Amino acid sequence: MKAMQSLREFSRRDRVFDFLVQAEPPALDLSHNIILYLEGINKSFDGFKAINDLNLYIESGELRCIIGPNGAGKSTMMDIITGKTRPDTGQAWFGQRLNLLEMDEPEIAEAGIGRKFQKPTVFENLSVFQNLELAMSQDKRVWPLLMARLNGEQRDLIDEVLTTIGLNQLASDPAGKLSHGQKQWLEIGMLLMQKPALLLVDEPVAGMTHQEMDRTAELLTSLAGKHSVVVVEHDMDFVRSIARKVTVLHQGSVLAEGSMAEVQSDPRVVEVYLGE
Amino acid sequence: MLLMKVLKNDKPGIWLLGILLVISIAVPILNLLVPESSPFHISTYTVTLLGKYLTYALLAVSADLVWGYLGILTLGHAAFFALGGYVMGMYLMRQIGERGVYGDPLLPDFMVFLSWQELPWFWQGFDQFWFAALMIMLVPGILAYVFGYLAFRSRVTGVYLSIITQALTYALMLAFFRNEMGFGGNNGLTDFKDILGFDLRADSTRIALFLASAVALAIGYVLSRIIVSSRLGLASVAIRDAESRSRFIGYRVENIKLWVFVFSAMMAGVAGALYVPQVGIINPGEFSPLNSIELIIWVAIGGRGTLYGAVIGALLVNYSKTYFTAALPEIWLYALGAMFILVTLYLPKGIVGLQLQSLRNLRIVRMVRKIRGAKV
Repeated sequence: MKAMQSLREFSRRDRVFDFLVQAEPPALDLSHNIILYLEGINKSFDGFKAINDLNLYIESGELRCIIGPNGAGKSTMMDIITGKTRPDTGQAWFGQRLNLLEMDEPEIAEAGIGRKFQKPTVFENLSVFQNLELAMSQDKRVWPLLMARLNGEQRDLIDEVLTTIGLNQLASDPAGKLSHGQKQWLEIGMLLMQKPALLLVDEPVAGMTHQEMDRTAELLTSLAGKHSVVVVEHDMDFVRSIARKVTVLHQGSVLAEGSMAEVQSDPRVVEVYLGE
Repeated sequence: MLLMKVLKNDKPGIWLLGILLVISIAVPILNLLVPESSPFHISTYTVTLLGKYLTYALLAVSADLVWGYLGILTLGHAAFFALGGYVMGMYLMRQIGERGVYGDPLLPDFMVFLSWQELPWFWQGFDQFWFAALMIMLVPGILAYVFGYLAFRSRVTGVYLSIITQALTYALMLAFFRNEMGFGGNNGLTDFKDILGFDLRADSTRIALFLASAVALAIGYVLSRIIVSSRLGLASVAIRDAESRSRFIGYRVENIKLWVFVFSAMMAGVAGALYVPQVGIINPGEFSPLNSIELIIWVAIGGRGTLYGAVIGALLVNYSKTYFTAALPEIWLYALGAMFILVTLYLPKGIVGLQLQSLRNLRIVRMVRKIRGAKV
């Protein structure tokens, strides 16, 4: 009897089988104004808990600074967001719909998360322009790449980014010849070429001169609003100069969150980080 | 049109194609029309030798494409060359027909000798040239695809990949040495009679093969240049210099590596297929790891990552090889080793780099003179 029923269920004419439903093309859904959800994330390396029940929410369009002493789990957190490392437990969502834990590195990059590394890694043998051209969001399969020609729109985009990062004059120079600060800007420019919704910026001013630092602060604040920007930085002066909201990480979880003034007056924060 | 566009910024490439055109016209004339008594006559032996060099040059271009632009130090690239050669050898064997020593209409001599009764399945179809021509590309291509798929997907890079490619060619050599494989074992395939109905020993056939090699080199060079000057080429260089970075930008590193590798293997296969009828034999020795290493030396000496450097390196080293092995046979290996060491130490960009360097120096000298002149 039961078998009959399930057979009837099976043969209903209006039945739609799961495998026939086309997977909805995943798109970034920002309906709740939150671009990144990290919930209950744990990750340990050989028994060392790098991330410990981390909960973090980034709003769309915000500029967030993340600070914390060495070993607080900042880089591991970035690795988890970009798909380089898988957490042991927890959830990571990009907008409402995209589950970051089910995507690999290129997919995450394609979905709109760009990462700037601590050490600037630009393609030294290619020109500044070519670096940007490669970083452009485009069809990156083999055959389309072979056939790709630079069109006017793309050229305009590259010129626009060149202006933003201030490397107009150096467009045809090999990236290997740039100064340290210029390389950092080029990296940020390469991120911008992907038109990312979320920018992860790892220690952008390490090793920069003061002028370069000011220039970088200007650049990052100008990007917020159009993009969501997460900056991990050690340099407190720099953080003070750009931060609207600061998150303090300690031993793999969030210790405090708020404006720079609030965070600085938090006794726990003072103890682990600022008071040193 | 496309050709013009690709070669617009490639002066050495234009030179290379120009030189190829000139020798393609001059060599046949000097061989066929100039009488043998004239000092300008080029013997058929020399024509064949030149043809052989050109196939080596094509092989070197294919190796430079993956080593110079993708950073894959392949130490087994001669395997694809040998496979292409074997496919051509199989076609040539089937052309012998009844003229073999044993006179069997269907079976090549070595099969009669091993008292095989019928043609193995994998020898079917090779009496047709179009089929053989297809297989010359497909066999190396498919091997490269399978090998590359496994190696690049599991992110094997650097010296480990080099060792695996070396093992690949060594394994193939051992396999082809076995009589049961059905490729003539130790002796390989030889005693070829004709190709497409033309006698292989005739001067005109030799000239045609030489011309075919020149054309293949030109086409191979232009196709490779199209690849490296496209955005795919930029991406390759990016992968070579910073692989994980390119992955973060969203490039499927394994796919790009895979397809360029497959293309390069096919090119090596074509080179091998043109090589075999000119030297008249293909045996498992061609799979020897030493050959693949020598190939890398040609590219290194010529100048890695330029394509034309590979051509120069292949021609130069092979010409010296021919010269040394005839004049001072015991010196050759030392000379090759010395060349490699000297180039690595003093000319990291190869001979081509030397030339670029001196040009730049000249320019600097000129600039300095200008500045001085202005001051005075």
